[in-house]
Amino acid sequence: MEQAIALEEKLIWKGGVEPLKSSYGKLMMWFFLLSDTFTFSALLITYGLLRFSHDIAPKAARVMVDGHEKFIFSTEYWPVPEHVFTHFPLTHAHLPLVFVGLMTFILIMSSVTMVLAVEAGHRMDKIAVQKWMLWTILGGIAFVSCQAWEWTIFITGSEHGMTLADASKVFGASLIRNEYGPPAFADLFFFITGFHGTHVFSGVVLNIIIFFNVANGLYEKRGQYEMVEKVGLYWHFVDLVWVFVFTFFYLI
Amino acid sequence: MASHSVGQFVPDTTPESIRQRGVIWRTFWVMFGITILEFILAFTKGPYHINHLFVVIVFISLTLLKAFYIVAEFMHLKHEVKMLIMCVSLPVIFIIWFIISMLYEGNAILLVR
Repeated sequence: MEQAIALEEKLIWKGGVEPLKSSYGKLMMWFFLLSDTFTFSALLITYGLLRFSHDIAPKAARVMVDGHEKFIFSTEYWPVPEHVFTHFPLTHAHLPLVFVGLMTFILIMSSVTMVLAVEAGHRMDKIAVQKWMLWTILGGIAFVSCQAWEWTIFITGSEHGMTLADASKVFGASLIRNEYGPPAFADLFFFITGFHGTHVFSGVVLNIIIFFNVANGLYEKRGQYEMVEKVGLYWHFVDLVWVFVFTFFYLI
Repeated sequence: MASHSVGQFVPDTTPESIRQRGVIWRTFWVMFGITILEFILAFTKGPYHINHLFVVIVFISLTLLKAFYIVAEFMHLKHEVKMLIMCVSLPVIFIIWFIISMLYEGNAILLVR
C-alpha cells in the first residue's frame, strides 16, 4: 500500500499527469486568449479614454426635422452611434443599429453551432461535428461580409457630408478626417473593428482547416476531438470580444 | 493527452446528450433575451429621457452577464478545475483597474482642453 502511494507521488514529477486536468494544447489556448484579452482591453480602454476626452454632443446637436430626430455632426464633439450606424443593405430606410444587431445575432448563433460541434465531438459523432462546423464557418463568413459592408458604407459616407468651419466639406471617412465627428472616432472604429474582424477571419481559416481534418477522419483516428474544442475556445473568444465592442461602440 | 482514451461513438439520442444540448440552447435563448433587452433600452432611453449614467451601468452589467455566460458555458470554464477558473478570471482584476484609471485620465484631458 505504501509502495503504491510512494510510486504515485513520484509519477507526478515524472510526467504523465496533466496539471489543471487539461491538456497542454488546451492550456496554451487559454494562455493565448488571456493575452489577447489584454490586447483588446487596451484598445477598448483607449476608446474610452479618447471618447471621455472629447465633449459630449450638446442638446442642440439633436434637431427635429419633419418629425424625425436628426443629428448634426461636428468635429467638436463625439457623435452619437445610433445616428451614425443607421444603414441596412438593400434599403434606404433609417434603421439605427439594426444591422449591427443582426451581426451580433449571427456571431452568437455561430458560437452556439460551435458548442454543438464540440458536444458532438465528445460523442465521436463525426457527421454531426462536420455539420455544426460548416454552420459555424458559414456564420463566420457572413459576419466578415457584413463587417466589410459596414466599412464600405462608413467610408463612403452620405451625400451631404459634413461642413467644416471654413465652409469646406468632408465626405465619408478616412484615418485623417471623417464626416461624423473628430478624427479619433473613425480611427478607433477602423482599428478596433478591423482588429476584431482580423480575428474573425483567422478564426474562419482555422475552422476550415480543422473541418477538413475532421472530414478526413484525423480525429477519429486519434480517438478524441479535442482540436475542435480548442478552436472552439478561440471562436468563443472572438464572440466575447464582439459583445464588448458592440456595447462600447454602438450602445453607450 | 494521457488521460484521454480512444472514444466510442455515442448517438445523439442518449439522455445525457439531449440534456447537454438542452443546456446549450437554453444559454442561447438567455443571450438572445439579454440582447433584446439591450436594444429595447437603447431605443427607449431617448424618448423617455432615462438618466444616461443609469443606462450606461445597465448596459455594462448586461454585457458582463453575457460575457459570463459565454466564458462559463460556451467555453466550459465553469466545469473546469477551480484553479484553472481562477488563473483565467483573476487577471481580469488588472483590467478593471485599467478601466477606472483611464476613464479618469480621459476626463482629466477633457478638463484641460
